[in-house]
Amino acid sequence: MGKVLMKGNEAIGEAAIRAGCLNYFAYPITPQSEVAEYLARRLPEEGGVFLQGESEVAVSYMIFGAAACGERVFTTSSSPGISLMSEGISYITAAQCPAVFVNIMRGGPGLGGILPSQADYNQSVKGGGHGDYKLLVLAPASVQEAVQMMMEAFALAEKYRNPVMILGDGLIGQMMEPVEFPEALKVKPTNKDQWATNGMDTRKSKQRNLVKTLYLDPEELNSHNLKLKAKYEQMEREEVRHEAYNVDGDFELLIVSYGTMSRVCCTAIDNLKAEGLEVGMIRPQTLFPFPKAAIYNAAAKPSCRVVLCVEMCMGQMIEDVERSVSGQRPVHWYGKCGGEVPTPEEVMEEVKKRRG
Amino acid sequence: MGKTFQKPEALSDTITHYCPGCTHGVAHRLVAEVIDELGIRRRTVGIAPVGCAVLMYNYFTFDFQEAAHGRAPAMATGIKRVRPDLVVFTYQGDGDLASIGMSEIVHAANRGEKFTVIFINNAVYGMTGGQMAPTTLPDQRTTTSPFGRKISDTGMPVKMSELLAALQTPAYITRQTLLSPKYINRAKKAIKQAFSYQIENKCFSFVELVSTCPTNWGMTPLNAIKWAEEKMLSYFPLGVFKTPEEKERSTNL
Amino acid sequence: MAFEHLVDKDRCKGCGLCVHVCPKNVLEISNEVNTKGYFPAYQARPEDCIFCALCCTMCPDVAITISEIEAAAAKK
Repeated sequence: MGKVLMKGNEAIGEAAIRAGCLNYFAYPITPQSEVAEYLARRLPEEGGVFLQGESEVAVSYMIFGAAACGERVFTTSSSPGISLMSEGISYITAAQCPAVFVNIMRGGPGLGGILPSQADYNQSVKGGGHGDYKLLVLAPASVQEAVQMMMEAFALAEKYRNPVMILGDGLIGQMMEPVEFPEALKVKPTNKDQWATNGMDTRKSKQRNLVKTLYLDPEELNSHNLKLKAKYEQMEREEVRHEAYNVDGDFELLIVSYGTMSRVCCTAIDNLKAEGLEVGMIRPQTLFPFPKAAIYNAAAKPSCRVVLCVEMCMGQMIEDVERSVSGQRPVHWYGKCGGEVPTPEEVMEEVKKRRG
Repeated sequence: MGKTFQKPEALSDTITHYCPGCTHGVAHRLVAEVIDELGIRRRTVGIAPVGCAVLMYNYFTFDFQEAAHGRAPAMATGIKRVRPDLVVFTYQGDGDLASIGMSEIVHAANRGEKFTVIFINNAVYGMTGGQMAPTTLPDQRTTTSPFGRKISDTGMPVKMSELLAALQTPAYITRQTLLSPKYINRAKKAIKQAFSYQIENKCFSFVELVSTCPTNWGMTPLNAIKWAEEKMLSYFPLGVFKTPEEKERSTNL
Repeated sequence: MAFEHLVDKDRCKGCGLCVHVCPKNVLEISNEVNTKGYFPAYQARPEDCIFCALCCTMCPDVAITISEIEAAAAKK
């Protein structure tokens, strides 16, 4: 097909179809409503299911019902909408159903703003809903990467029987970039007949399946939680992804940044290099599981004196960066959360201030 | 003279946790009988609510999902949209359907989602210990209306069948009750009609069942039946409020 | 055709609704407790039973069943 210039929101919608997901339930919210608008026209072309639900709360349960039947399904929303879906997400992880959620982050808290932010890190990684659960969180930094991650997300969700979240921001959603769609993925058969409520006739089985999350017996609930924990530990062993930028040389300062913010940091790093100041960066591509080892090792470099966490919020990822750095170096925060993206010059100034 | 009577295949052998005389047991049995008679057990998915019936999946022998409080109609929508060949029903109480789930049921009905809803109306929140429900009658004492429900403070009881019947989208909406064998037989016919409409892919179907809650009403099962007959039926009249064959209502405002 | 009326006394919760609806006054509540602590219903006058199944219809616990049996067995 070659490269096509596409708005991020639309590319995300198209990527889902190419990944074999033809079911989409959603509620409009800026800055991601274009996904629904695109799929409202595109899904009928593919014989798929499109429904605009009455609220994000309802949508999260439409996702649960469909996912519990073993069907590929996804939704998109933005920060306040994800808050509403958080109860549903807790249920879906407890029930071990695969599903894909996309959060195109906007400013918060509350109604906040409609411009990009990275203020839902805690919500996504530490759990916006109740109980012990984790989402596999993928953080794209470009429209192309969002497409790539969307196409992998469904298989990952099925591998772990767990929701996967793509954490984008308003920039990823709104900007247009050239994007290439990989070959449409062949959907591999899953073990869904073992657990999905897809009808006994469909499974040709005498056994009925039950999708539930209530375990009144404390021993049962504890075992269930241990089982979920084991899955998250497997994710930590097998799914960590990151990108390293300019870490081969003797960098004085290490930036940790993800998503579109990391692209600004790349420009800042290039500019600083031209001025003779070496700065390295670790860009997490998975926020859960977090690239702890990569950050620890980068911070351990003898030349590295300080770590700077750059995020478009008041400091959420920084706690995981501090844990990863493990006391080796001081860790500082820089960011903005009104919707303005820090400029390369602002990042450079902060780096110079912090390098000590 | 005489007839046989056996437990339906769609019902499991498990003894229910419901209180003695609770009409949940009758409602469950009727749904199971209808599922057996229509031969749809192997392609049915039930959705359990949060309420006394939260464990209802233990009493049936087909696929079941457990919903969050009030969200069953949204889950049913999800299932029915992606697998329209499955027969889907929700089973919900007053809190689940008429309080926290009010938005979900109204929108599912309005969109004409083709699943069936069994609504157990017993004018109180059973599982959590007898608090006021949207369907609690005026002056009725509950644990959160200890001096009786005051209309001036919390309004009138919600009539769900009438409310949903006011929507323009074709549907089958009926209110029945389980207070005596005569009523139970009529309720079963209504439940069968509801599932039949679904099988014919016709419309949204809703069967409200005026039920008793002896424990939280503080009555014996028999007195609960009598109280429901005397007090609830006059407020919640029985009947069919809407069928899909009805001509569209006038939209003159 | 003959019928057998059975009350499963361990399913019965002694709610008494069957006693109330029986048109022939066949059923009563026993004063022997069952394994769950309930006093179940039983047929006090089984010879009056007409197998109308109104008790079965009213019972929330499927505690009462009516089966067809051989006429000879019924006479025993």
